[in-house]
Amino acid sequence: MKVSRRELMKLDRIEMPARDPLERAACFDEVNIGLTPEEATVEAMRCLHCKTPTCIDGCPVNIQIDQFIDRVAMGDIRGAADVIRLDSLLPAICGRVCPQEAQCEGACVLDKKHKPIAIGHLERYVADTIRTYGLEPPVEHVEPSGKSVAIVGSGPAGLACAADLAKSGHRVRVFEALHKPGGVLIYGIPEFRLPKSIVQSEIDGLKELGVEFEMNAIIGRTITMEELLTEEGFDAVFVGVGAGLPRFLNIEGENLIGVYSANEFLTRVNLMGAFHEDTETPILDLTGKRVVVFGGGNTAMDSARTPLRLGAKEVRVAYRRTEAEMPARVEEVHHAKEEGIVFDFLVSPLELLGDDDGWLTGVRLQRMELGEPDDSGRRRPVPIEGDVFDLDADVVIVAIGNSPNPLLPATEPHLKQTRWGTLEVDESTGRTTMPGVFAGGDITTGGATVILAMGAGRVAAASINEYLETGVWDREANEELETAGV
Amino acid sequence: MYPILEAESIAPDVRRIVVEAPKIAKKHRAGQFVIVRVTPEGERIPLTIAESDPAAGSITLFVQAIGRTTRLMSELEAGDCLVDVAGPLGRASEINRYDGVAVVVGGGVGTAIAYPIACALAAKGNRVIAIIGGRTKEYVLLENELRAHDIEVIPCTDDGSYGRMGFVTEALADVVADEEVGVVFTIGPVPMMSAVADVTRPSEIETVASLNPIMVDGTGMCGGCRVEVGGETKFACVDGPEFDAHEVNFRLLQRRNTSYRAFETGQLSSLESLDHEHHEQLLAPVRGACARRAMS
Repeated sequence: MKVSRRELMKLDRIEMPARDPLERAACFDEVNIGLTPEEATVEAMRCLHCKTPTCIDGCPVNIQIDQFIDRVAMGDIRGAADVIRLDSLLPAICGRVCPQEAQCEGACVLDKKHKPIAIGHLERYVADTIRTYGLEPPVEHVEPSGKSVAIVGSGPAGLACAADLAKSGHRVRVFEALHKPGGVLIYGIPEFRLPKSIVQSEIDGLKELGVEFEMNAIIGRTITMEELLTEEGFDAVFVGVGAGLPRFLNIEGENLIGVYSANEFLTRVNLMGAFHEDTETPILDLTGKRVVVFGGGNTAMDSARTPLRLGAKEVRVAYRRTEAEMPARVEEVHHAKEEGIVFDFLVSPLELLGDDDGWLTGVRLQRMELGEPDDSGRRRPVPIEGDVFDLDADVVIVAIGNSPNPLLPATEPHLKQTRWGTLEVDESTGRTTMPGVFAGGDITTGGATVILAMGAGRVAAASINEYLETGVWDREANEELETAGV
Repeated sequence: MYPILEAESIAPDVRRIVVEAPKIAKKHRAGQFVIVRVTPEGERIPLTIAESDPAAGSITLFVQAIGRTTRLMSELEAGDCLVDVAGPLGRASEINRYDGVAVVVGGGVGTAIAYPIACALAAKGNRVIAIIGGRTKEYVLLENELRAHDIEVIPCTDDGSYGRMGFVTEALADVVADEEVGVVFTIGPVPMMSAVADVTRPSEIETVASLNPIMVDGTGMCGGCRVEVGGETKFACVDGPEFDAHEVNFRLLQRRNTSYRAFETGQLSSLESLDHEHHEQLLAPVRGACARRAMS
């Protein structure tokens, strides 16, 4: 039976089943439950099979979305996974954390008059089904190339780069500063949004490919970049260390007890397990407490929803623009509201208030209004003269973004930085200013997304392959030409 | 896993632990620290590297049993392992040649941390005086080791049971009055470092304090170790741990260090309520782990 486009368009989008807001806000279980096979099939059948699928252009790594969805509709999940695997290495993760509304789903033709295909949910469904039933393709034996590559940082950029390079037959060793691999996927994104078992299974998969992991290795301190290329004998290095230096508000009271960076708060909970009853890593007791989170991105949403799960009485998100300008995923904001997070839009912190013993007691906020658009194209918030008010708060979490961590570039003079502190790279190859050293992810772009980091890791992997094969370092040639005045 | 090569008690509740960590030993410079985890579910704690032996591939740590993690660590012996040792972190001490005498003021286990700095200063050709304090005689650390490096030692005890009676600051005030002092390094409890800064402030003697704030990652990622120096916020892990003592807001540091006092007290007392067998269960994953590793 052939169903017409018109009839297909009448079908409603299948919404992702989620745990009850009250039940989930008291635990760290994953909020989204996942589609059933029936739901996935019906949702996949809604796809109109556009002649020129705009969704693919919307995807930062150009997954052949129409093709994988077609296979889901036919019940060929293994086939769907094969299609995704051509372009993406971390579908279980990206299906959960990509900002689909700004990427593939935002580009879906159904988005204009109807609701777009739930591409992210389908991607997750495919990846989870494959993992649950152990349907991953067997590890193919590749001839060792005799070359070796060091990967600095085990976040999404490093993992993706490592996977591609291992499949090319190179010996790959991932160096991680912390005691567990996964980077932001482990210390940053909470369990209720991205279960750590999923990240672990990706890492286990890499180990099966022969990728080695070395923990507690702070490149620049434990081993220098130079040593990786000389004494340690690596033929190339990929730097994917992320943007790991928390920004603060630079206002009075920021060092009061009770003021956390989102990085510190989330690391204590996610990496160190401070949400377990028998935790050995402390976190301030949030039972019955009031929490104010500054910021409007996904990290701010994570920083708001986590305290609820630790017993906070009230959590407010204070953002200086309006909901429309919030960079967070729509689903996270929706989930946060369902769970009872209160949003204060158009407010900016002036001061953090404390008692005589140095503990936080409240925040002083300035009301804002939207003015003319700024460089980012968003309307700039401007203060409303005299409209200042205070809120009681026991804990403040500052989630206004991260700058690149200067530790590595500061110890390696050959790595040139931009004025924003990111590493200077040739975008199409990931080549840095130091021969043999490539980079990608947040360390080159500033704080961005998992999928972009993964994409950059793969671009660099392709470029590393080329470099290892030819031995030609283009940038070097270019610079020589420049210095020769050509 | 990082094998423990030597472990001994050097004062009540203070242990000297030598750990195999060749890469760290090779890079270590005086003033730097490591982040240590003792058990597989344990917290991350910063400990200053007291000494390193690049040839043997080992570093020496001093640990004072004041909380759950440090207590468990103190129960480890040679042949056991530390789960994680990451470093060397922080900026190295700036060791210069001074016209006047270089004074190192250490309190309690701080003396152990001051020890490599004192040695480095002596190696640079400085005349070095170490003023080392402890509650009683048994808390005065490393006196002989310091003397072995031609360092003059002024031991002080609170009760006068050994050396000079009274605080290290009193001894320092006398040195400052009698000698031309080029630099003062101070490491120990926050109130002591604050008092040392007060002694040298009027005469504007260069004074360096090694700070010990709460830390998680130790690489600049979390910002938990924020300290205020000269009115500016700094991260002790990457900007320090050593800062101009005259500019440090010690009151803030002291307060922030109490953030988790209730939790820490509870952790320690619950550990202390456990019998020997329970302690051994907690340490089972690391007990003898390096011997097991050698066999496998």
